[in-house]
Amino acid sequence: MLAMEYRGPYRVRTVEKPMPKILHPEDAIIRVTRSCICGSDLHLYHGMVPDTRVGSTFGHEFVGVVEEVGPLVQRLKVGDQVLVPFNIACGKCNFCKQGLFGNCHESNPMATAVGGIFGYSHTAGGYDGGQAEYVRVPYADVGPTVIPPDMDPDDAVLLTDVVPTGYQAAEMGGIKQGDTVVIFGAGPIGIMAARCAWFFGPSRVIIIDHVDYRLEFAKNYAYCEAYNFKDMEDPVVFLKKTTDWYGADVCIDCVGCEAEGNTLQSFSGKVTLMQAGTGTALQWAINAVKKGGIVSIVGVYGPPFNLIPIGNVLNKGITIRANQASVKRLLPKLIDHVQQGRLNPKGLITHKVPLEEVADAYRLFSSKLDNCIKTVLIPSAKA
Amino acid sequence: MDADPENEPTYPMKNYTGDDHHRSDYKRSSPQPKDVEILMSNERPKISAVFGNSVPPSGLSGMIRRYAFKHSEDRYRHWLPLIFADRINMFEGLIDDLRKGYVPNMIAERGWKMEMKHNPKGFAVKIATAVAVGFTLYLMLKKKRS
Repeated sequence: MLAMEYRGPYRVRTVEKPMPKILHPEDAIIRVTRSCICGSDLHLYHGMVPDTRVGSTFGHEFVGVVEEVGPLVQRLKVGDQVLVPFNIACGKCNFCKQGLFGNCHESNPMATAVGGIFGYSHTAGGYDGGQAEYVRVPYADVGPTVIPPDMDPDDAVLLTDVVPTGYQAAEMGGIKQGDTVVIFGAGPIGIMAARCAWFFGPSRVIIIDHVDYRLEFAKNYAYCEAYNFKDMEDPVVFLKKTTDWYGADVCIDCVGCEAEGNTLQSFSGKVTLMQAGTGTALQWAINAVKKGGIVSIVGVYGPPFNLIPIGNVLNKGITIRANQASVKRLLPKLIDHVQQGRLNPKGLITHKVPLEEVADAYRLFSSKLDNCIKTVLIPSAKA
Repeated sequence: MDADPENEPTYPMKNYTGDDHHRSDYKRSSPQPKDVEILMSNERPKISAVFGNSVPPSGLSGMIRRYAFKHSEDRYRHWLPLIFADRINMFEGLIDDLRKGYVPNMIAERGWKMEMKHNPKGFAVKIATAVAVGFTLYLMLKKKRS
């Protein structure tokens, strides 16, 4: 089968790989029909995530058709069209039982700080991902969800990560009626978080980034205020000023470890890798939120540590809430939002690229070329 | 006596059931047969019921990864060797390609076609800068040797 293969930082290609096999009685094999490149895949592509081995196949956002199921799989049958949450969850451990499907204890032997994730390095379990024609899906009765017949597969593929992560970012913010919400990062997750924030009744939603075309897209897609931090002398002072010198009620970090905007953070985080990428967005979020405010984090950071102003968290009495999205918990609500027309996930898709051109697709997204917001890979013969 | 069941900072992410106090005492799925070498975090007592079996550790990078996994996720000596192993692995991949008689197409694998198509000016500046830096380094090294 054809699959994307990582060869080192900024180098990927498609290769022929052996077909995946059922390795556990609760596995399924899925024929992939759509697979996205996620902003967090770029951290792998840029060589920022430890234990990303040459020969790995990325991809944790995919939908497809069930080709084969293991002997203990009961809910899925061959031919079902399914969307597959990015996190691999057993449904039985004490974390899954309490709804923390992104923190499963039985899907990743290689690290305790993160559950298993498809195609996201050996730090997240060493699974091959969905940027391929076929993929092995463990715990097939738990994560995969049959796509409603009236749902567009382009909407469905974004329900595997982008929509739940954006929604949970807003949800964790504990947004109340009349709040001012500031979102750092106008990538697909930030844009979706801005759109979902409105479900909770704020009076203002502000998005901050440095890429003009993305800010323009966010303004139109998420009906929010959008500002370029490169036009400001100091984004924290700007945000204080625009909130009556009070601070935002809620700040959401949708950037993670490759943020720009602070030379010291960039040098120590991206150039020398002495911290887990740059903590710039998180630093701004902590410093721009009001006393007693909430900072919600869905931006991805590496495992060692980051330089952030933790003293200000204490002194301002800030609540920090963070997690990988619990996709399975959120799916029923989000499927309803999409079916009722309240969310339009496929509106984020700007590029569809054949799987064979995966290297071009990564470069397009990584370098933010051709006004790219979201790229979907299509395995050619199966589209 | 003062415990407030409503004061659950992780809600709604977490639907607290009290199961945390049962620790690791839950019914696990049957274990996946281990068919390749799996490096396991030393912060857990046994391997998870399922795991990925892609790209087992091998070569020099594999030796470094085995060393890294002797240390906990808390330690730099876990993560830095893993990043170092990733860089070594990149060269191992190149050698492996050449050994198989395959010369990787660096331009295609790096997606430079997209840069040339959508960002020709910026891309030309990047290439010119890289060439200038490389040439300067070459001259400096040459001067030092002579």
